[in-house]
Amino acid sequence: MRYAMAVDTKKCVGCSDCVVACQTENNVPIGYCREWVVEVMAGTYPQLEMEIRSERCNHCVNAPCVRCCPTGASHFSDGGIVLVDPKKCIGCGACIASCPYDARYPHPDGHVDKCTFCIHRIKNGLEPACASVCPTKCIYFGDMDDPNSNVSVVLKKRKFKTLIPEAGTDPQLYFLI
Amino acid sequence: MKEEIFVSGRMNHLVDPHLNIWHWEIPLYLFLGGLAAGILFFAALYFINGKEDQYPTAVKRTPILAPILLIIGLLALFFDLRHKLYFWQLYTHIKLQSPMSWGAWTLMVITPVSFIWSALYIREFFPNWDWKYNWIKEVEKFLQQYKKVIAWIMLIYAVILGIYTGILLSAFNARPLWNTSILGPLFLASGLSAGAAVTLIMSKSPEERKRFAQIDLIIIGIELFLIIHMFMGFLASTQVQIDAANLFLGGPYTMAFWIFVVILGMLLPAALEIMELRKFHIPAIVPAILVLFGSLMLRFIFVNAGQMSRWLY
Ligand code: SF4
Ligand code: SF4
Repeated sequence: MRYAMAVDTKKCVGCSDCVVACQTENNVPIGYCREWVVEVMAGTYPQLEMEIRSERCNHCVNAPCVRCCPTGASHFSDGGIVLVDPKKCIGCGACIASCPYDARYPHPDGHVDKCTFCIHRIKNGLEPACASVCPTKCIYFGDMDDPNSNVSVVLKKRKFKTLIPEAGTDPQLYFLI
Repeated sequence: MKEEIFVSGRMNHLVDPHLNIWHWEIPLYLFLGGLAAGILFFAALYFINGKEDQYPTAVKRTPILAPILLIIGLLALFFDLRHKLYFWQLYTHIKLQSPMSWGAWTLMVITPVSFIWSALYIREFFPNWDWKYNWIKEVEKFLQQYKKVIAWIMLIYAVILGIYTGILLSAFNARPLWNTSILGPLFLASGLSAGAAVTLIMSKSPEERKRFAQIDLIIIGIELFLIIHMFMGFLASTQVQIDAANLFLGGPYTMAFWIFVVILGMLLPAALEIMELRKFHIPAIVPAILVLFGSLMLRFIFVNAGQMSRWLY
């Protein structure tokens, strides 16, 4: 099993519903976020091109955050989901410095926090909160090892990219372009 | 033209607008670790070479500082932790891929060894020292026999500790400025040079001072070579590395790096030491303090600047 997510940059309108859903679902402290929306505008008027991306932890296969964690608090869980165990985390900040996407933040309680792909929801057969609220249905989630899953199907049909693949992290958050 | 903005806003404390997770604690920890490594390295080296009486300060006296420096360093590391009550987790796991982990374990080995070494030479400072209890005297006698073994352990672990202070940073590929294998040798050299500087300050023997001034000169030469090499590597690499180098070549850290680290911390003390070796009268403490200052600044500037360097996407 290999969980992954694909975000359709052509359909995303940048409403940030996913961000709010995540904050509510996961009790993210005020002023922080586990996910965010980036808008890229390229070109000169009137030849403009826009790309909107809903970003979060990439649940990397070769995750530097897991590698550098001295206590094993950052670890791979079911389906390659990268999690932080607050009871093991000493808050040294190494993983925060190691993430090329700046996807982690120090939780006010002391431990480090980040996107969990809503593992508590997946286990109950639900989609991650962001995917389930998206009004344009542009977030696809599922198991890459299952050829019929949402993600597998859409990645077969569409062109896609990942963010900084040259960092060698093998990210599992795909952007349809 | 390309413009990239966070439409949902992202202002995670200590992460945005640029990473700022490590403040004074980590650079201080790296400096003290490197300094202790330098002190213990020379103590072990000259003991193994049988030059204990030729360089008594380096072998017998300066090591007393090492345990103190290491303890302060560990305290600084502890202060850096945000989940302090769980710090013991560091010592219930061994993660070889995590420099933070094997560094913490290296300290667990070298700190007690440095305590033992200082205890064996305690009579240098208190000639009438008495261990009071018989069993401690027995232990001391036992350890005295195995001093050479202890010296070897100390030598090896001093090198590991010195290199570790650099590898802790260079292991992060997310921060291009740190992600160069030069950082390990550079920080090791800087630590050795700082260790030699402490002997220069504490030594009363002209012969020993001359020796350590020479050593310091050689190490400063090596450091300058490594720094040039590092910039050559960066500038011949990808855009992210070029941007990282530019932090020091016109960017916000240019003045701090070249003035505090290179000029005040390396070139000036090297010039003063050359003059001293040529029999001009320079108080040995001046170049030594400059070297220590440069070594401290190197850590601070690298830890801060590295957090500003990042990948582009
Ligand atoms: S995106 Fe960052 S936090 Fe997430 S797995 Fe990759 S390196 Fe770790
Ligand atoms: S902050 Fe926590 S999760 Fe991150 S590396 Fe340190 S111990 Fe591991």
